[in-house]
Amino acid sequence: MPLQRSELSQATDEVQEYLWTMNFGPQHPATHTTLRLILKLEGERVVDADCDIGYLHSGFEKLAEHLNYNQYVTITDRMNYVSPMANNVAWHLAVEKLMGLEVPPRCQYLRVIVAELARIADHLVCNAAVGLDTGAFTFFMYAFNPREMIYDIFEALCGARFTNSYTRVGGLMYDASPKAIELIREFLRKMPRALDDMDRLLTRNRVFVDRTKGIGVLTKEEAINRGVTGPIARASGVTRDLRKDEPYLAYSDFDFQVCCAQGGDCYARYLVRMAEMRESLKIIHQAVENLPSGPVHVDVGQRAIIPDKWQVHSTIEGLITHFEIIMQNRGFEVPCEEVYCATESPNGELGFYIVGDGSPYAYRARCRPPSFVHFALFPHLIRGHMLGDVVAVLGSLNIIAAELDR
Amino acid sequence: MTRMTDLPDNVVITKLDALVNWCRKNSLWPMPFATACCGIELMATGASRHDIARFGAEVFRFSPRQCDLMIVAGRVVMKMMPVLQRIWLQMHEPKWCISMGACASTGGVFDTYAVVQGIDRFIPVDMYVPGCPPRPEQLLQAIIDLQEKIQREGSAWGKDVERRPHQPPRALLADPKNPRLLVAGPPIFAQDEAANKWDTGKRGESPDS
Amino acid sequence: MVSSETIQAIQARFPSAEITEFRKQFRVCVPREIVHDVLRFLKDECGFTLIIDITCVDYLYYPKAKDRFGVVYIVGRPENADRLIVKTFVNDPEPTLPTVTDLWEGARWLEREVWDMFGIRFEGHANLRRILLPEDFQDHPLRKDYPLQGRGERHNIPVVTRDMG
Ligand code: SF4
Repeated sequence: MPLQRSELSQATDEVQEYLWTMNFGPQHPATHTTLRLILKLEGERVVDADCDIGYLHSGFEKLAEHLNYNQYVTITDRMNYVSPMANNVAWHLAVEKLMGLEVPPRCQYLRVIVAELARIADHLVCNAAVGLDTGAFTFFMYAFNPREMIYDIFEALCGARFTNSYTRVGGLMYDASPKAIELIREFLRKMPRALDDMDRLLTRNRVFVDRTKGIGVLTKEEAINRGVTGPIARASGVTRDLRKDEPYLAYSDFDFQVCCAQGGDCYARYLVRMAEMRESLKIIHQAVENLPSGPVHVDVGQRAIIPDKWQVHSTIEGLITHFEIIMQNRGFEVPCEEVYCATESPNGELGFYIVGDGSPYAYRARCRPPSFVHFALFPHLIRGHMLGDVVAVLGSLNIIAAELDR
Repeated sequence: MTRMTDLPDNVVITKLDALVNWCRKNSLWPMPFATACCGIELMATGASRHDIARFGAEVFRFSPRQCDLMIVAGRVVMKMMPVLQRIWLQMHEPKWCISMGACASTGGVFDTYAVVQGIDRFIPVDMYVPGCPPRPEQLLQAIIDLQEKIQREGSAWGKDVERRPHQPPRALLADPKNPRLLVAGPPIFAQDEAANKWDTGKRGESPDS
Repeated sequence: MVSSETIQAIQARFPSAEITEFRKQFRVCVPREIVHDVLRFLKDECGFTLIIDITCVDYLYYPKAKDRFGVVYIVGRPENADRLIVKTFVNDPEPTLPTVTDLWEGARWLEREVWDMFGIRFEGHANLRRILLPEDFQDHPLRKDYPLQGRGERHNIPVVTRDMG
């Protein structure tokens, strides 16, 4: 099928005759993912932009209706593939809310740790991309180094580098091994220095500041009106952070701050992300040092988790539970109800709206993707700026195509 | 008469084809067609720890005109497929294609209405890398294997390209007006027998056989 | 958690609204004629100025369902985590609803997605095109009567061979 021509490119108005139309993407290095922009230019100035998305639409929500609550976690990995752990946690939090399960403290703490590690990984990529697009290649290399450390931690926790599928209904796949804890401690020791290096490289870099300050300004009112959440909203002065406002998991136990800025431009977003990484380190530190002991999943009697192998082989309850959960026509006990449950993912409010119909398959599982809402902002932010600012604005919005299109 | 043994040490006698292939295989310029999660591993392969430069393939170029190796990393959906084909057609011969990851090779976990079930149905592929995502080491192995393949075949003047049997593409046959244009025909729906057959049979008809 | 005063205010203003609670979440179920008024009331007088999500559920095979499509609006307060779910039902043929883009700019793409996936028209939306799927796609894939593997659209692409380039 031919690429769709946008309405913009068909403009025949005499007034618009001298305007240029430029196609940007869907395969373009600066988009980092697959999205397409159709820019209307007057010389170098962007007069208008039209976004064309869906180049990675792969039917996630339809798939959710055909996989059970545990299987679908593998698909959530592939949703925001820069921070898959955050998606895993968000999905199973929603499922547990639907089923009315409360996970034990050790599991909550471990989930907080992995979610915060995912936040650091995500912010690293986002800031690295902004740096790369504005010409700071070294910064990119510095930012990607700690990411490998995070991958190592995830590998020690669950065996996969970044398609982790670490959570399960009512618990986790494995408990954290001492090796993993040791790796996390090492990461906590090394990361502040890496952050300092990054700060020194870019935060007061003249070129970078000139290219991002005052670019793509989003006011507080506009941010609210357009449904923006997460670091982008906080960079515009909206103090909404679900970790504080609606403490899920164990977030109420930790001491941390919500990072906000006033500017609302690309530079403010960069600063908010840098500050949030430090706060995340603080949370991880507290969580690791106070990690409670105990099981990492709910009691076997609650019919939500697959029991350990030794229980299956040696106890009758274990065998029955295993059977009940694995069999196609049994599975979890789910009420015929609907819930919406949101978490503060690295990108913003990541929520799942799940409709249960009594079967172990979700009747409908809607994901509220922050990238989707944020990308709708783009034409508003870029209007009136130069062509070269397109990449800075795009980078600072942190659009992940798989989450955008699902 | 000069005997072989009389040659000085630093002279090598070889076939020109072999020499050209040797040059080609050690200077692959990849075109990263990174759509989804596998793209992150592709980036990791390019970054410092795994360092794809050890195999001479570090020059990522985003213009298809400059590249000779396309790495399709990630799922390709039906809206993206024409774009992929257009980029492939813009690359110059000799060119190769690596399909990285389960999604690009077979559709992977996404057996849904939108995802193309293997890009090899619509463009030629030389190497498949299994895994979801493949580890960077696997991608490096694929590049090494591809280098072997390049060394085995191909000639300096591209005779093998000319000798390739002419295969008329299937879907375009129905459209005699513009045989080279990338336009979809009228939609085929599943009630249509032909559309169903596509799904199951005829995978063997690999484009570069 | 939304305070009970807010809930009472909504109930007093719209007696036809059905308010239920599940896991500390309030859901307001209203007839489709007044959904725009309810949302305007929530935005202007109750402080729910943040549109979080608009989505839809196809109740075709749902046990004991009466209507086919349930459209869900999730609104929130920007200064804390309060949120409220507003729900309304529409039916075939020609499911339509008034647009809420006049209240929230952010609703534009969300409504386009609902149109794309479920085929629900939003009257008054300035640019109700498909957003995720190609323009010439024929169905609305998240409807329950559309098969997971599709109807062959994913195979309907011309093939490029080695000798073409
Ligand atoms: S193969 Fe796996 S990692 Fe690669 S694009 Fe597909 S889902 Fe993502």
